[in-house]
Amino acid sequence: MIQNLLRVEKYFDSPTEKLQVMRETLNQASGDLILKAHKPHISVRNLNVYLAKKHILKNVSLDIPDKAITCIIGPSGCGKTTLLKTFNRLLQNSVDVKIEGDVLVDGENIHGKEVEVESIRKKMGLLSQRPCPLPMSIYDNIAYGPRIHGIRRKKTLNLMVEKYLREAGLWDEVKDRLKSPATSLSIGQQQRLCLARGLAVKPEIILGDEATSALDPISSKKIEELFVKLRDQYSIVLVTHTLRQARRIADYVIFMYLGEVIEAAPASEIFSNPKEKLTKEYLDGYFS
Amino acid sequence: MRHIRIKRIEEKIFKGLMIVATLAIVVSLFLIIVAIVRRGLPVMSWDMISKIPTGGFYLGKEGGLLNAIVGSLYIVVGSISLGLFFSLPIVLYINLYLPEKSRLAQFTRLSFDVLFGIPSIVYGAFGFTIMVYLGIRTSLLAGILTVTMLIIPILIRSIDEVIRRVPKEMKDAALSLGATRSEIIKPILRQVAPGIVTAILLSVGRGIGDAASVLFTAGYTDSIPTSLSQPVATLPLAIFFQLSSPIAEVQDRAYAAALILTVIVLILSIAARFYSRKFSKNKI
Ligand SMILES: Nc1ncnc2c1ncn2[C@@H]1O[C@H](COP(=O)(O)OP(=O)(O)OP(=O)(O)O)[C@@H](O)[C@H]1O
Ligand SMILES: [Mg+2]
Repeated sequence: MIQNLLRVEKYFDSPTEKLQVMRETLNQASGDLILKAHKPHISVRNLNVYLAKKHILKNVSLDIPDKAITCIIGPSGCGKTTLLKTFNRLLQNSVDVKIEGDVLVDGENIHGKEVEVESIRKKMGLLSQRPCPLPMSIYDNIAYGPRIHGIRRKKTLNLMVEKYLREAGLWDEVKDRLKSPATSLSIGQQQRLCLARGLAVKPEIILGDEATSALDPISSKKIEELFVKLRDQYSIVLVTHTLRQARRIADYVIFMYLGEVIEAAPASEIFSNPKEKLTKEYLDGYFS
Repeated sequence: MRHIRIKRIEEKIFKGLMIVATLAIVVSLFLIIVAIVRRGLPVMSWDMISKIPTGGFYLGKEGGLLNAIVGSLYIVVGSISLGLFFSLPIVLYINLYLPEKSRLAQFTRLSFDVLFGIPSIVYGAFGFTIMVYLGIRTSLLAGILTVTMLIIPILIRSIDEVIRRVPKEMKDAALSLGATRSEIIKPILRQVAPGIVTAILLSVGRGIGDAASVLFTAGYTDSIPTSLSQPVATLPLAIFFQLSSPIAEVQDRAYAAALILTVIVLILSIAARFYSRKFSKNKI
């Protein structure tokens, strides 16, 4: 399919013609229906990532549908975190990284020369495994993002803090103690605070790296419900080890194994009828 | 059964060792303080901390140590400010702007480790050499500069240690909100504020109590300097000079100076603890 699309790029010059053929190609592939309704928000083409000379991501090509929940599953060490960090260019901070291939966000190559790394990161809210509040008050945690992007007016900030705390379902729990340290919150609350903090920079994409794995079942369920609530407004990419969670909330699933994408398909399809043997074995719990 | 008993005995031995070590330190500290108080307190008076020396002060006549108290505070405040002004950018640069495991960063750390171990008299001699070369006389400025050199390795190495321990996730969290590297400095400094307070405290301790670095550079005077180019008295030198006097009364005043120095450090430590607790409120 991807090859087809790439071919389309080459053979047709007029954009409308190209679009037409692309639509048809997409229609043919039933498994990619979802990518038709939700055109790709992030597209990865032939991505190779080397960390400390080790080949971590191997020729990865995939599409992340817009305004849907994509779950990335796969055994530990297969490169899920690395993939997420490539999306918002956090990887380049660490040692000895080599990145080849293209990552397109809204059609724009994030490794392009003119691209400002901050503007790429601003597009994506990141939720890490363990919640990581900034060493400041609850209020300042939410206001941190808006402030660095130039919002200074107290009134605007107040409104934003309230809005995003509400969006993350935390407002009622913290409205009386906005000035207390973020660390005084419970772990589950901290994770929702981090989500609110991410939303406050108005991202288009939410990246979650096992965002619920450190939480108790109830907090974890709350975060999950939030993702479901937010999926109409954001493209959500979640790395998860809990297959049951993926079954519950995923629209689209990407299965990775040893740095390669083995299968990417709509959730209904991959769970009921995986095409690859490896996927089936993983889903059946032969290995994890 | 038997290995449990052995473990118990081990436990007891280690506990005993810890108690002995702690006691040894506490007792010797206590003895030092007793010695200072016993000889210093009788000659302590309001004059001692509110007056500068009169003509016959070093022969046991009227006057006080205000010149040395103010001088020491001048030197310490000046060199801590100057020291932070230089060390914070260095530490932030090697931690945020240089890649992890950068050769330059490792080399910088090693250099400051070496500088850390150099005795203060060497700094004093170095400062003096430069002063002679430039034709400058002993002065407050030269004293501040020398003490700054003395404390910069302490500031850098101790702040570096705390900044290195800032969780990577915290930096990533701020960066992923679209912060630039200079914008993540603020949360990082908030996180390490208590560590910086400790670093400052260590430097104050070393800077205020050091006689060798100010001996040739700051000089000594009975008046309070009114400009950076005038020489300045310091408490450690006040102790040193008075202790070498043959007059018992004057020797006691050395202990009074030591008492004042100790009390200053004590007050600063308590204040630092207070602020450090306030700063660590938000620490993650
Ligand atoms: N800085 C690094 N240097 C060298 N190798 C690394 C580095 N970081 C990660 N790796 C390797 O890259 C591979 C992929 O790591 P990654 O963290 O992306 O896996 P993951 O799929 O997220 O695993 P998990 O499910 O356990 O979180 C692993 O084999 C890991 O050892
Ligand atoms: Mg991971």
